[in-house]
Amino acid sequence: VPDRPDHVRPHDLATAAALAAGDEAAFADLVRELSPSLVRLARGYVGSHAVAEEIVQDVWVSVFRGITGYEGRASLRTWVHRICARAALRRATSERRSIPFADAFDDGPTVDASRFASVDARDNPRGWSSAPRPWRAQPEDHVLRAEQRAAVSVAVESLPDRQRLVLVMRDVDGFSADEVCEALNLTEGHQRVLLHRARAHVRTRLEEEVGAS
Amino acid sequence: VIRWRRRSLTCQELVELVTDYTEGALPPAERRRFERHVAACAGCATYVEQMAAIPPLVRAAAQPSTGLPPEAELSLLHAFRSWHDERR
Repeated sequence: VPDRPDHVRPHDLATAAALAAGDEAAFADLVRELSPSLVRLARGYVGSHAVAEEIVQDVWVSVFRGITGYEGRASLRTWVHRICARAALRRATSERRSIPFADAFDDGPTVDASRFASVDARDNPRGWSSAPRPWRAQPEDHVLRAEQRAAVSVAVESLPDRQRLVLVMRDVDGFSADEVCEALNLTEGHQRVLLHRARAHVRTRLEEEVGAS
Repeated sequence: VIRWRRRSLTCQELVELVTDYTEGALPPAERRRFERHVAACAGCATYVEQMAAIPPLVRAAAQPSTGLPPEAELSLLHAFRSWHDERR
């Protein structure tokens, strides 16, 4: 199912106007609504939860100081997350000696080539030689769940930075593709590649976990 | 314009197109080619199904984020109030 475009929600402009007018309740509501995903986003850039919280606090100050600059071209939550991503990147860059997020643009296969027949195989070239087995057939479903969950967590943590940021915004916090592109300053195509690689990596790790148990 | 009938996708090609497919980024002809292959290939059907299972699993495995601690929220509200008072 394709994502809906990043429509500005009807109340975004009203919320921005309320903030500009000094409406504390509107500000408090927005802080409570968006801080969980902001902390998660910032945490994707920096090493500690405490630093992520600091960044998010500073982001909120930037948000109310700059609220008159919000013109409703993106949703308010996208606008706020974009400010957060920039602030977190600056912080991460100043904290690390190396440049973060410079992971190579990896374009190798996401499924190991050994799983497929060779190109000159007589039967089904480049077809599955070792096809994935359905997971639902696993008998100890309830036992696997805790292990699967752990395997997924480890797989997500081990992703390259940008793949992890995209996966978390899309699949944990439920942002649309457009919103992620806008917040993280990615092209549509690049966002899709990062999402694909991230999900494929998690699938592979999970397959190994299911196969091992 | 000469149009060749495109050969069908191989499994190895298909697995790299799954997200383009689910994100609605494939042109109609490519989309049909993808669907034809999945309808006829149990291995790829399983692969597509497993990729579709990933988002809810990632969501379920994520640590819940509670946002900012109450004292941080409170100091933000103070900052907001004084910012507004200064502008008046």
